[in-house]
Amino acid sequence: MRMIGELLIVLVILFGALFSAISAFGMIRLPDVYLRSHAATKSATLGVLCVLIGTFFYFMFFLDVISIKLLLGIVFVFITSPVAGHLNGRAAYRSGVPLWDKSVQDDLKIALEQEKERQSHS
Amino acid sequence: MAFQILTNLMISFLWMFLHNDWSVSRFIIGFLMGIVILLVLRRFFRGPFYPQRVWAILALLVLFNRELVLSSIAVIRHILRPKLKITPGIFAYTTELKSDWEVTILSCLICLTPGTLTLEVSKDGQTLYIHAMDMEDANIISEQIRGTFEKAIMEVTRS
Repeated sequence: MRMIGELLIVLVILFGALFSAISAFGMIRLPDVYLRSHAATKSATLGVLCVLIGTFFYFMFFLDVISIKLLLGIVFVFITSPVAGHLNGRAAYRSGVPLWDKSVQDDLKIALEQEKERQSHS
Repeated sequence: MAFQILTNLMISFLWMFLHNDWSVSRFIIGFLMGIVILLVLRRFFRGPFYPQRVWAILALLVLFNRELVLSSIAVIRHILRPKLKITPGIFAYTTELKSDWEVTILSCLICLTPGTLTLEVSKDGQTLYIHAMDMEDANIISEQIRGTFEKAIMEVTRS
């Protein structure tokens, strides 16, 4: 039983580290800011969460400590990382970072132009 | 909902007073009795019976976690493919959700779904501009958002 628990914890932490590594690789590989922030928000979040969960269970089963701080860390990462991804993308778009040249559709450009027109009229 | 929870807590404290016993187990018994009493009296409250809403919140959390795992796997599959086969783009999506709170939750959920990222919410809060990794399945994605996420959020806020 102890063996199985240990193995599960090891697997979860390894999985998290692997996810983080792959998303770092994605940051190098993907062509523009928006696609990179896809990799950063999702895979990195899951990687960090897996590492934290593995640590939490290790403390719980082997050291008999229930660490509320780790749980709070999980909750905070979970809440804040999609918001951070959204803000990065929005700031990049507003300051005029271009999309990748193979992008096919851009509805936001039209909307922003309309907004600018309305402002110049008023 | 807050009023119902407060009533339930008051009933459980009343139960503890009646027994002059301040232990956790007595509190839990009182709380369960309070739920039963509220279930009997639910016609007199405005809004639905509150454990229903608690259940809807739990369902939303499970949905959040499932989407996080699925989307990470989808992104990783795109990254590790030897030739990049993606057609990114931005599409507009109109939502029926009204309050700021609901739209915030929806945009967080969209940030965590496979291959989508909210870029901008329009001023009136009705249109979301979403950056998708694959425009080919943008229609599928928006159908999925409409069908699952909006429904799950509506269950919480106004069932």
